[in-house]
Amino acid sequence: MKLLYFAWLRARIGCAEEEIDFPPEVKDVAGLLDRLRSRGSGYAEALRDLSVVRVAVNQNYVGLGHPVREGDEVAIFPPVTGG
Amino acid sequence: MIRVQREDFDVGAELDRLAAGNHRIGGVASFIGLVRDMGGDDRVSALTLEHYHGMTEKKLGDIETEAHRRWPLDGVLIIHRYGRLVPGDRIVLVATASPHREAALAACQFLIDWLKTDAPFWKSEETPTGERWVESRAEDEAAKRRWAPPQ
Repeated sequence: MKLLYFAWLRARIGCAEEEIDFPPEVKDVAGLLDRLRSRGSGYAEALRDLSVVRVAVNQNYVGLGHPVREGDEVAIFPPVTGG
Repeated sequence: MIRVQREDFDVGAELDRLAAGNHRIGGVASFIGLVRDMGGDDRVSALTLEHYHGMTEKKLGDIETEAHRRWPLDGVLIIHRYGRLVPGDRIVLVATASPHREAALAACQFLIDWLKTDAPFWKSEETPTGERWVESRAEDEAAKRRWAPPQ
């Protein structure tokens, strides 16, 4: 699956995008974030406070309970600040 | 029409084009967002806008569709820039055209309020103490809530 990171989440995690093998035990966004936290200290720090983390699956905003599947594009980023 | 671009834009030419050739249009409303030289109490010398290519265009398109659903509009234009900008630079243009001013003005405000909370852009400011990410403002969420949610 394709993962994208933006703004300070990208900076803390240390990359803008990556392909990972879909973890078969992961069912939803919350499970995916749990799994990512175990990938290293940058991930754990970036994903510690989920009140400042937003997630989009296939370019739609979703909540933590939204299902994720193999082949999804999942983007993780802070609340937006455009305009 | 949606455009996400690095380059600046010519406001006069864009507004002229929005209404050109359509004499049903009685009013064009516009909002132009500019780079400020202050962020909180700190001087800002530049800011860099990052965006999620693909989702940005999709979300702006969704917002445009929603505006057309709510008001009788003959034209909608959203231009949003990305990259490094300095104080005084234009960031965004939202413009609406309608037979009457009420729809044009209301839709213009709706579009910028929704864009602020829905379009995936992020700003990083350069200040005397270093570069930092701009935090989202509760006021922007409150501004969006003035408008009823989509049906």
